[in-house]
Amino acid sequence: MTDINQWIDNEVKSNGVVLFMKGTPDMPMCGFSGRSVQILQHLGVPFKGINVLESNELRQGIKDYTNWPTIPQLYVRGEFVGGADIMMEMFQSGELKQMLSDKGMA
Amino acid sequence: MAMSAADIERFIKEALPDAVVTIRDLAGDGDHYAANVVSAAFKGKSRVQQHQLVYAALKGRMGGELHALALQTSTPED
Repeated sequence: MTDINQWIDNEVKSNGVVLFMKGTPDMPMCGFSGRSVQILQHLGVPFKGINVLESNELRQGIKDYTNWPTIPQLYVRGEFVGGADIMMEMFQSGELKQMLSDKGMA
Repeated sequence: MAMSAADIERFIKEALPDAVVTIRDLAGDGDHYAANVVSAAFKGKSRVQQHQLVYAALKGRMGGELHALALQTSTPED
């Protein structure tokens, strides 16, 4: 496993909720990342925001890690949940809140 | 760098011949689309897996040439 892969693997497994995003929760740099932050804040879920813009290796590494071509990416308990559109769909249907509480995160 | 709605539909149908594809242009810049894709190939697959099938159909253009594609996927019976 490459070191960036290892680093990502460790981050998603040692934090309950992780959002790989463009920018930071306080200063999102992309509409989709911003909306994803708002969803998590609305649900009152503590999460770790990781800014992929800080390194190209991370920005590409995260896409390879899950074979998912876009940012943001949400992980709960080490499991990839989806990008902005899946988060929005799950949020609107109440599925996201349910899943988070099932996993003891909300 | 941009793609036309027709290109997106063609790529998806090449990979998923039975797919019914509806595309909305969100920003008129060839970079931000919403697409609804209905195909029997999604049966029994999670949302993430369904979307990955569509991204694979776009052969690496997603996230590069095509910045945003808000996807909604379903099977014919959904």
